[in-house]
Amino acid sequence: MSNLSSSPVDDIVALEGVTKRFPGIVANDSIDLSIRPGEVHVLLGENGAGKSTLIGMLSGLQQPDEGRILVDGKPMPITSPRQALALGIGTVFQHMMLVPTLTVAENLLLGGPWWQRPRTEELEARVAEITRSLGIVVKLHARVSELSLGEQQQVEIVRAMVRNSRLLILDESTSMLTPQGIEELGALMRRLVEQGLAIVFITHKLKEAAAFGDRISVLKLGRKVGEIPPERFRALGEQEIISEIVELMFGKRKDDPEAAERPVASVDTEAAPLLQVIDLAVAATDNAPGLSSISFDIRPGEILGIAGIDGNGQKQLAEALSGQRVASGSVRLEGATIETLSVGERSRRGLRYLTDDRLGEGTVGTFPVSINFFLKQVGAAPFWRNGVEQRAEIDRRAGELVREYDVRTPSLKTPVARLSGGNIQKVLLARELAEGAKVVIFNKPTYGLDLANTLASRQRIRDAAQRGLAVLLISTDLEELLSMCNRIAVMANGSLVGTVANADDARTRVGRLMIGLAA
Amino acid sequence: MTGLFSEVFLSALLFGAVTAAIPLLLAGLGEQMSEKAGVLNIGIEGMMLAGAYLGFVGAFYSGSLWLGFLTGAAGGMAVALVMALLCVRIGLNQIVIGIALTLGLEGLTALLHHFQFSRSYPRLPAPNPTVIPTLADIPVIGPAFFKHHLIVYLAVALVVAMGYLYRRTQLGLNLQAAGDKPAALDVAGIDVIRTRTIAVLSTGALAGLGGAYLANVGAGLFIPFITNGAGFLGIVLAMLARGRPVWVLFGALLFGVCLSLTTAMQVAGINIPTDVIQMLPFLAVMMMLVLFGRRASLPAALGIPYERGAR
Repeated sequence: MSNLSSSPVDDIVALEGVTKRFPGIVANDSIDLSIRPGEVHVLLGENGAGKSTLIGMLSGLQQPDEGRILVDGKPMPITSPRQALALGIGTVFQHMMLVPTLTVAENLLLGGPWWQRPRTEELEARVAEITRSLGIVVKLHARVSELSLGEQQQVEIVRAMVRNSRLLILDESTSMLTPQGIEELGALMRRLVEQGLAIVFITHKLKEAAAFGDRISVLKLGRKVGEIPPERFRALGEQEIISEIVELMFGKRKDDPEAAERPVASVDTEAAPLLQVIDLAVAATDNAPGLSSISFDIRPGEILGIAGIDGNGQKQLAEALSGQRVASGSVRLEGATIETLSVGERSRRGLRYLTDDRLGEGTVGTFPVSINFFLKQVGAAPFWRNGVEQRAEIDRRAGELVREYDVRTPSLKTPVARLSGGNIQKVLLARELAEGAKVVIFNKPTYGLDLANTLASRQRIRDAAQRGLAVLLISTDLEELLSMCNRIAVMANGSLVGTVANADDARTRVGRLMIGLAA
Repeated sequence: MTGLFSEVFLSALLFGAVTAAIPLLLAGLGEQMSEKAGVLNIGIEGMMLAGAYLGFVGAFYSGSLWLGFLTGAAGGMAVALVMALLCVRIGLNQIVIGIALTLGLEGLTALLHHFQFSRSYPRLPAPNPTVIPTLADIPVIGPAFFKHHLIVYLAVALVVAMGYLYRRTQLGLNLQAAGDKPAALDVAGIDVIRTRTIAVLSTGALAGLGGAYLANVGAGLFIPFITNGAGFLGIVLAMLARGRPVWVLFGALLFGVCLSLTTAMQVAGINIPTDVIQMLPFLAVMMMLVLFGRRASLPAALGIPYERGAR
């Protein structure tokens, strides 16, 4: 969009007006991109912005419908992964592309001519040379399934180097790494571009883009909405770059979009609690901690947060309340005891649970979007009559929900697993917040969602509380809890170690509780 | 007592076991290759039948046993070609197509047999064994293991060759990758469809050869349903062998002993209903599944057609 000053001959690969359509969606809309040696070119965009499609076309998995790809200044259709490799385009995909049952060396040898014996000695020398220059260690004879994700990623990068790649594409490569691993990857990318390689680095994290990039292109809903060239990149500080990117991505300037601190609505403390939990306990199992003497209550319109490190019994608490897990103790909904009731009956009475396992237990991936809205009402009128599905009624109501909750789906018939995480979450929100909800348990409601969907989900939860529902919000994201809850309880080892009102000093008090100090 | 366990009886029993094991071995090795590459080849029973029929026809009209093996392998491969087209290239369900092929070939070969051979029931002359010098003179073991047709030794040699193929060659790596993580193979620049097609066609050739052996050497004639589940036993063997050809050999020999035992016990005139005796090999299958079924490890992408870029 903004590289009129540069001659396209410098580009290793250039995209000109590339468009790719899928049924119901324009994944890439007339995208221009120039990729140069010695540069980390960051492709930044949220889930569904079209980053993966773009990579698919560069790596030969998909072909553009319109526009063209130039390699070394000449138009060159990339028709297969083999051809992409031959052109010097190596890709490290978001999901690891190594055969887990083979050793590292065997994986690196994959792709040689089939009549040849694998040339192990040659490979060893080549890998030693590459890893030495990059300062990394690759265990050639370890089985891939024994390596950590970070190690596997290094193997994939080395593989691209073994294949003499001139352009290395890293697709969401930091998403599965530890913070330490992300730092290492950043340093590794720097060394690679210093050797003259071109890198395309795909991410949806602003901080990484600012920290690792030389040039940033921002994608939004399939279109490229802006580019920050290296000259400008160097002139700006990290904070300025981030705010510029946020402006490109969201069209409005915010310093940190997540920090939008909302005034927390006050709750009528005199009102009778909607949910009362007294001495709830669950026995520990081999792979899950138990719960012991958990007591709290939530009033109408109140959001109670559960903070804590993941795996301290949060899921057990949610499942014990929803009836999916056997527990002792008392649970009262509007004063009536419900601890002996079934999952379905609790849900009918207004206790809803929005699971964190969206595709596993939240939805049936192969069922259409429309049916997934009513999974918990299968067999019930008006959507089923005498055991027969009322398609028209289901589609009518599902259509309303799709509009109301802004679910981006090609059609009501699309299997729900084909949607992005954010849109699946919208389906779940629509289902659990439907008529009759009184108490809603959210388990990590924004986990794995991009920024726009995170903010939208949080707003839904606030709106629900506003309508007078009682909300239990389980999250491992302290910022999220601080921006939404009235009170925050901290969970450790299956019990609540303290409850803090969300006032000015809440952050430090919750933090102290989380690391095991008294608030 | 002495009658039943005499040297002659034992060596005949073992000889029969080897003869019965060879078709299972070939089928098992073939199935193993398909499964390694991620294709569950239920059609293998049909491929064996095609091989048995065409192998017999080839040998009967040409008078050459070797030509019979060749036509048998070609017959198995022809059926495999259909399987490869439908299941690998187009990506149809492997189980449904496999069953359809097996049922179709059962009917087709029975029909052809009815027209061609049902009046005359022609037989092939007994094959000339290749006697291995000195080894064949060992009592019991000699006549049992070293007086077989040359193809038997070749089949056993194939076990070693397959082991080498899987462990030491590029094609072996490609096959395993096609079964465990086809997408990784694809992005490494190797055509998954082609790799799997090669595997399925090889399976067909091996199964066809096994069928031809069964008809030409084992029985000396062709009758409908002659394979009697040998292909399915091959599937069991391949699943239990964990990708190791040598385990297919051991398994095939074990089943071979059971099959041979049924014949031997009938000949020996033991006073047990024949139906019970004939049940023996299949009881052995169930025993093996109970004992070793848990250690079967199958490729991650087994049975899943590969489609580039699908999620």
